[in-house]
Amino acid sequence: MQRPVPRQTGRELARGVPAVLSVVSAFVIWEIYVRLSGISPLMLPAPTRVLDQMVQNRVLLWDNTLPTLTATFAGFALSLTVAFGLSIMLDFMPHVRRALFPIFVVSQTLPLVAIAPLVVLWFGFDLTPKVLLVALVTFFPMLVALVDGYASTDPEIEDLMRSMGATRGQIFRAARFPSAMPYFFAGLRISITYAVVAAIFAEYVGARAGLGIVILNAKNSFRPDIVLAAVVISSLLTLALFAATALLQKTVLRWRDVEGDR
Amino acid sequence: MTALSLKDVSIMLGDTPVLESINLHVKQGEFVSILGPSGAGKSTIFRLLTGAVPLQTGTISCASHEDSFAFMPQRDALMPWRRIIDNLTLGLEVQGVARKDARTQVMPLLADFGLADFTTHFPAQLSGGMRQRAALLRTIVQGRSIQLLDEPFGALDALTRTQMQTWFEDRWRAARWTTLLVTHDVREAVALSDRIYVLSQRPARVIAEIIVPIPRPRLGRPPSTQAHDIETQLLEILLHQTGERS
Repeated sequence: MQRPVPRQTGRELARGVPAVLSVVSAFVIWEIYVRLSGISPLMLPAPTRVLDQMVQNRVLLWDNTLPTLTATFAGFALSLTVAFGLSIMLDFMPHVRRALFPIFVVSQTLPLVAIAPLVVLWFGFDLTPKVLLVALVTFFPMLVALVDGYASTDPEIEDLMRSMGATRGQIFRAARFPSAMPYFFAGLRISITYAVVAAIFAEYVGARAGLGIVILNAKNSFRPDIVLAAVVISSLLTLALFAATALLQKTVLRWRDVEGDR
Repeated sequence: MTALSLKDVSIMLGDTPVLESINLHVKQGEFVSILGPSGAGKSTIFRLLTGAVPLQTGTISCASHEDSFAFMPQRDALMPWRRIIDNLTLGLEVQGVARKDARTQVMPLLADFGLADFTTHFPAQLSGGMRQRAALLRTIVQGRSIQLLDEPFGALDALTRTQMQTWFEDRWRAARWTTLLVTHDVREAVALSDRIYVLSQRPARVIAEIIVPIPRPRLGRPPSTQAHDIETQLLEILLHQTGERS
């Protein structure tokens, strides 16, 4: 049982090779194009120039990454709490689910471009509007995943628990909630990729600091290299969060990775 | 002593009559089977007893008070996210027994069920036969007075099923659980039961009650002519049933 582990890790690394190759070659092609065509860095800066700007402006970038991270985490924490709270409430009250679900769907049809300035207008330039916007964008995939996940519970397991005399609450805790976890992580992975982008957009609309402000200022002073430097950081943040959820999923859903002996 | 009796129990599900005036009883320490064609409503009797379907007409009486049944569903219904030991203690947990105490209660039974080395495994790591043994132990551990087994070996391959039946007969002879078994397998019913009720097609009525006086153990040796005769008799009743309606 112990032996296959290193081989598996090796295989997983090997599976990552094509992805790394394709990303690296895209950057190489970009670099070559910029150098050969002599295009102005005001139009399209080369990857090396973006990297150089990241190093030169590291203090500025770091100082503005922190507020974005704060907004992302606070918004996501709020979103997670609301999604869990609502999902549990909706599971115990199917009537409320029918009444409220359309509202949640509508909340996802609001164009962020229109709603973000309004939220900033109502809540000011502080953390609040960013937190709210991140939460608005990210809570829905998780809520839907949880509600669907509860419904996916094996009816035989519920019958079994009922035959044991379990209460509705016990069935929820022991059967419905764990059944929803694979679904929840699917929703979480979608949500987390929206979170950083939502925070940056909220800052872009109105803030004192943050990657969104860096992008806004750089754009206004015709510095696409700094815009892209901020974009790289934003991508790295999202990738890090995505990796963190994948790691968490592996821990929580360990039972799904076990190999059957059959 | 009669552990359980059903008198004139009828059930309609929607507009469909499923059970029609069912009369049956189970004595303390007795193994009773309900044999019937697929879809006859055998499982509905269990759903009635476990409270999943409300009683409409007739009476059900038990020797002990409520919560007298431990139910083993058709498929094992093990929770894939719980290790075997935590699946086994589920019933006790529901009853409010602390996890540690529940484990202490389960531990001495593990060896007899061949699960001693697999407590920390997840269900997906176990073979079909072992999963079924775990599901049975989860049922027994609840300490209820009557065990309801719904086609417990139906999902297994033929070889594993025979092994499991032989193993089960051994365990049953040692423990003498009061058991009600639902099955459509004639051989299984004859091999395990003290008494067999034969149900008709839907709406299910009891069309025969057959006593199986064959000495135990019955499995793990060549089948007796007596067993063969009873099997033939049961098959004829069942085939006559299905022939009548088609």
